[in-house]
Amino acid sequence: MIRASEVSVGDELPPLSLRITRADLVRYAGASGDLNPIHWSDRFAREVGLPGVIAHGMLTMGLAGRIVTQWAGDPGAVLEYGVRFGRPVPVPDDDEGALVEVTGKVTKVLEDGTFKVNVTASFEGKSVLGGASARVRLP
Amino acid sequence: MPLDQSFVGRSYPPSPPYEVGREKIREFADAVGETSPVHRDPEAARAAGYPDVIAPPTFAIIVSLKANDVLIEDPDLGLDYTRVVHGDQTFIHHRPITVGDRLTVVLHVDGITSRMGNDMLTIRAEVSTEDGEPVTTGRCTLVVRGEDA
Repeated sequence: MIRASEVSVGDELPPLSLRITRADLVRYAGASGDLNPIHWSDRFAREVGLPGVIAHGMLTMGLAGRIVTQWAGDPGAVLEYGVRFGRPVPVPDDDEGALVEVTGKVTKVLEDGTFKVNVTASFEGKSVLGGASARVRLP
Repeated sequence: MPLDQSFVGRSYPPSPPYEVGREKIREFADAVGETSPVHRDPEAARAAGYPDVIAPPTFAIIVSLKANDVLIEDPDLGLDYTRVVHGDQTFIHHRPITVGDRLTVVLHVDGITSRMGNDMLTIRAEVSTEDGEPVTTGRCTLVVRGEDA
């Protein structure tokens, strides 16, 4: 686990590349209870004006959060985590799925000694999570 | 039909308790790719200072999604859930969600605004144990797409 004394504002977290496939969407639908058909039925997704099945915003949020939990070394160190859902991530019905690139950077030390980490997630070069950040307590 | 502004400030009765299961935490951790042993192994969790296995940071969505049912089922609010999009989501953890927790959620309507034909509903989900210990505060904005939007 990383220690507070080893962290400075401006530090960049090791980046993550996430590959999201249809199987991941099915697994997340079951685990979260979010059974909205836009995440598993192309027919339904197109009926509501989407290009096809899209990833759950909450799945992208959860997967992207790993950049912080892995860096901190303790998932319980994440006191706060928030995102805005930007453009959707379409997930094609193939083995490649969608590739989402995640970065993170320490941007602030707060008054209580916790760290603010800004997170970005992009798909095809465009942001899919806006204003994403976490507050982390390190020993 | 825009949403009724008088709903701002309203809260709903606590949801029925949801008991956090060991296998549910493992299943959720697998689904979001969290590999840490503190989500799976009680010994590892205790070594890290927790009483038992803890849940990943976004696990609270399970109980807050369920709690949203009271909004969908409130005929006075008249929310058309087929037009609802998740705008943003934040979790503030007062402590990690832990195996065996019996969680209930009180849902608060903090705001209703209208922008470009869309209604924005700001919801706060106060997640606590049955005994009233605060565990997580979830905040989200639900965007209700207008008929022409």
